[in-house]
Order: sequence, then structure tokens, then C-alpha cells
Amino acid sequence: MSALLLVAALRDPPSVTALDADGWTALIGAARAEQMIGTLAYRLQGLPMPDAAARILADARLSADQGRIAALWEAEMARRALAPLGVPVVLLKGTAFVAAGLSAGVGRSIGDLDILVPRESIDAVEAALLAAGWEWVKPDPYDDAYYRQWMHELPPLIHRERDRMIDVHHTILPLTARVRPDASLLLADSFELGNGLSMLSREDVLVHAAAHLFADGDLAGGLRNLWDIHCLLDEFDAPGFRDALIARAAHHGLAREMARAVRLADALYVPLPLAGGVRGGLDVSSSALSDTSPPAAPPASGRGARFADRLYRRRLLGRDGWGVQRRKLSEFAFYLRGHYLRMPPAMLARHLWTKWRKGYRPPG
Amino acid sequence: MRHVFHVKIGPIGFRVGSDWRQPIAQLETLYRDYPEPDDGIPDFSVRLFAARPWRRFVRPAVMIGGDYTIPDTAPLPLSLGLLAAEMGMNLQMALAQRRYLLLHASCVERDGRAVLMTGISGAGKSTLAALLMARGWRLMGDEFALVDPETGLLHGFPRLVSLKNESVAVIEAALPRARFGPLQLATPKGDIRHLVPDADSIARMAEPARAAAILFPRFGFEAAQRPVLPSETFVRLTQASTNYVAMGERGFDALTALVRGVPAVAIDYPDAATAVAQVEAVAA
Repeated sequence: MSALLLVAALRDPPSVTALDADGWTALIGAARAEQMIGTLAYRLQGLPMPDAAARILADARLSADQGRIAALWEAEMARRALAPLGVPVVLLKGTAFVAAGLSAGVGRSIGDLDILVPRESIDAVEAALLAAGWEWVKPDPYDDAYYRQWMHELPPLIHRERDRMIDVHHTILPLTARVRPDASLLLADSFELGNGLSMLSREDVLVHAAAHLFADGDLAGGLRNLWDIHCLLDEFDAPGFRDALIARAAHHGLAREMARAVRLADALYVPLPLAGGVRGGLDVSSSALSDTSPPAAPPASGRGARFADRLYRRRLLGRDGWGVQRRKLSEFAFYLRGHYLRMPPAMLARHLWTKWRKGYRPPG
Repeated sequence: MRHVFHVKIGPIGFRVGSDWRQPIAQLETLYRDYPEPDDGIPDFSVRLFAARPWRRFVRPAVMIGGDYTIPDTAPLPLSLGLLAAEMGMNLQMALAQRRYLLLHASCVERDGRAVLMTGISGAGKSTLAALLMARGWRLMGDEFALVDPETGLLHGFPRLVSLKNESVAVIEAALPRARFGPLQLATPKGDIRHLVPDADSIARMAEPARAAAILFPRFGFEAAQRPVLPSETFVRLTQASTNYVAMGERGFDALTALVRGVPAVAIDYPDAATAVAQVEAVAA
């Protein structure tokens, strides 16, 4: 499974020196499929490797650097459009990481611009963005109405000249989800980055990442999300931080998701301590990655949680040497689960039925 | 992937995987004189796969995937598997190539001087490139020209030449001893037949060249030509590039250097013989 190669390379970069041509090909394929090729490229920079691999990774670094410039520019464009409103504009996800110079942003691919604004300002924000050249993406009235009534964000907008999407959030989970994070606290504790834009507090950045990963959706892109969480944990590490983090997550109703995110990030990405002269990360076929958690992981809450962790790991690591998601059944199960978490059963049935009639088919 | 093929075209290594043997067998035959990717590590992977397992056998339809894809690409019938592979390789380049500035152009070279020909689909890029190859020019490619931002040199990408519709017969007549792929009728782009570049073009494909002229040919008009200012050339080439925006400042620098240093000419032509004479006169 090539996703294991990717995880091993990220947690223990020197392990790549043992790869043959097919190993490199599979590693690069997985990294591209997970949109982590830039992250990998920075992580492996300077290590001895075949010229062809070095060239591909050098290209990936250039591409990530350009992506960073474009993401920051897009944030600046949003800032200019929204400045007259005088509302806080909180950067989320990748753009926040690069704007704040966090290690999670190094080489990270950034697609859309995600921002959080106060819910009471959402109409004004929408109007300002439309006036500044953003346009609706979703022409379908059902989708549009669905977003406005039930989602945690406006229907996505795209800028007509720069062709970049913006997702305007007023909270971090759909309104239909069972969990209702405290959006006003997210805003109240956000802080200014010094460029007219803000980002979430340290704890809330992590809570958002965990919510995004485990409470909203089907775990597509989960390895990248977990890498974000690993980097943030590592960077914010201080006595008591993890306790404060779990307490904060509990306030938002996301303690279970946060604990799972921490556990899995540690299990997948924290290098194992030296044991018997062999580094755990070196041997990707070892049980280290597939079964046991390293000592650094906090205790899981019972056997059920452990079992669930294993399912998540299965879902996260199911790519073959071509970067293709295998284990279609597990992918489909997580697709259903993602929807189940998003909305009550009757509503889910209605939604899926409408989507099916319109011709949308889930993966599987 | 059940069947796999590796090839290096110009400086770019590819791996093509397929659920079916047929497209891979065709690639192996047509690309038999091409080298393998450097270090055995391809730059890009392309996948030709069945949308559902049973579609490998029942009404087989080839989906095009790979490292980079665009959603909702329509599948092709298995008889067009070779075309699907070529489209897959082009797609990887168009979506993800960042080492070189890509220009949607054909390119030929003689005595170290490369001539770029670009224009809308149907302008005759492929036909002209193949005819010039028949007259002893080295074919550097008929789809993409690769501009190296570091050196300003053009790198070849001499994959199979994709001949369409009327030009198939024209080139069959001009290159009677050349190797061709199967005639693929009624593709989304009309009738297509692939032409294998000649031995010299393949043997020297790793050799970059300096651009000597940029041409904008236009088929179906009375013979005429006019110089094109660098400003207009710049704008036309930004539109002919799939990665100009993504390349950022490097792309801008590479393109401005190219249009400042290389004369550009718009050429109208009524028939192939006239066009070849015009190109050779301009490039002389």
C-alpha cells in the first residue's frame, strides 16, 4: 500500500534512501493522490535520492511556493473586499497556516480560500464579495437552498477573473450535524495576524482540523489533515497544552473527535523511539504502523475506540501503487457515515434521493 | 493495473497502466525506439481503466485517469485506447507540468534553429510539422513545446504526431515509408492516425534547441505574411500556454525573454506546399 510509504517517508525521511524505482514511483503517486507532494518534497529536501526523484520533488517545491503566493494574494483580495464592513475575517486551514508561517503550511497544497465571519454579517459579506467580482458556482437551486438553510457556509463562490474559490463559513460544522460548535467563541478568541486578517486560537485551529476530519465528511484527504494536526501539535507543544486542547474541544462538543485526531496523528506521524537499534519507521511492513500505537499517544477511551481507530487507519491508508483508493467498500461506508454525521436520517434519505434523481452517484 | 508501459518522451518520463492489453500493445509497438524514464522513475502516471469491473468485458469503455485528472472526462471506446493514452499523457502535462513553460505548439529544428508554430486547432500545426520532418527537419513535437525558464532553450516533446482528418492522407503520401498507428475513425476530434517521428527525431529528442522563429500559421487563406509585434506575440502565447498562470513569475520571465529575442510572423496559406515554402523562407 503506497499510502504507508508516504506516511513512513513523512515520519522518517531518511527511510526513503532504501526505496527502489518502483518504491519512489508509488511514493510519488500516493503523495500526489493525497495532495501532499509539496509537503513531501520539503520534508525530503537535501536527502540523497535518484536524480529523477529529486527533479520531481524540486518541481513540487516550486509549485507549492507559487501556490503559497497565490493563496496569500487571494486572502489579501478578500481582505480588501471585506475591509469596509469592519467585521473580523478569520483565515482557516491552509491559508491560515501559510499566513501565520506555521510548519503545517510548508509545501502544503492550498485549493480554496476558507474564511470564517460572524453569522450576523454573512449577508453583508456575500454582497461585498459579489460586488468585488466573485460569482456563484452552484447553478442548481436545490444546492443553493440547501447551503443557505443547512450548511455552515455560503454556497461556494468563485472569482470570475482569478478563477479561485472562496468558502465563507459562519461556523465549522453543518447546522444539521449533531454537534454544534461554539462559533461565537471561535471568533471571540481569534487573533489578528497583523495584516488585517485573523486566525483561530491555537486550540481552535486544532479543533477545527479534527472536526473537519472526523465529524464532517468521508475522510477524503485525511492523511493531509492528520499531517496538519501532527505539525500543529508539534509546534504548539507545551506543558498542559494537550489537556487544554481536549477541554476546549469538549466545550465545542468535539472531545471524542479531538482525542481520536491526536491519537491517530501520533500513531501515524510521530517517529517511534529507537528500539533494539532499529527505527520503527524504517520498516513500513512492520506492525508499528499497522497495529500498535507508539507510547506518545494518549490512552484511547476503551476497546471500541481502538477498533474504530483501526477502521479509520484502514480507510486512510487504502491507496495502491498508482495512488488509487482501494477498499471501495470502506470508502463507500465512510461516504455514508460522513452523510450520517451531517444530518438526521430522514433528512439524509431525502437528500440522497434528490441527489440520486439528479444523476449524482456516490463513489464505490 | 494489469498492463503497464514505460516511456520517456523528450525530458519527460511516463508510466501508462491499463486494464486492457490492447492499448499497451499499441504503445509498445509505436514507441519501441524510445528510451525508458530516467532512473526508472516516471514523472507522471496515466491510467486507462474500466469505470466498473464488468465494463472491462461488457461494452468496454476506457476512463482516463492518472496523477492529475479533470472530473467528468467522458470515456472512450476500447478501440480508441491508444488515443486515450495519448490524451492522458497530454493531460498530465497540461495540468501539472511546472519545470517548463508549456506552449501549445508544434516545433521543428534544423541546424540548431528551432521554429515554433502555434495557432488554433485546425491551423495546421501537426501537418506542417510532419511535412517539414519529411523534408529533413528534426521534429521536436506537434503538441507541446517546452521552454526551459533557466536557459530559454526549447526542449522537444516528440510524442506520436496526431494527424487529423484530411491531413492523414496528405502525410501518408508525403511519408510513404513512415510508421503509422491504426486509423481511428470518428473520435471526438474526427478521424485520427498517429505518426511515429522519424529515427533522427527520436534519437536526438534529448537535444534542446534555441528558438529562431515563432510562426502563427493560418490555413485556408491566400498566401500572405506579416510580422507580429512582441506585445501581440506575448498575449497570443499566454493563451497558447496551459501553465503560464501556474508558473507565476518564472513563466512571465521565460515568456518575455522568448518574445523579445525571437521574431514572430503570421503566415496565411492556401495549401501545404505553399506553407512549407513560407516556413523555410522565414526560418532561413
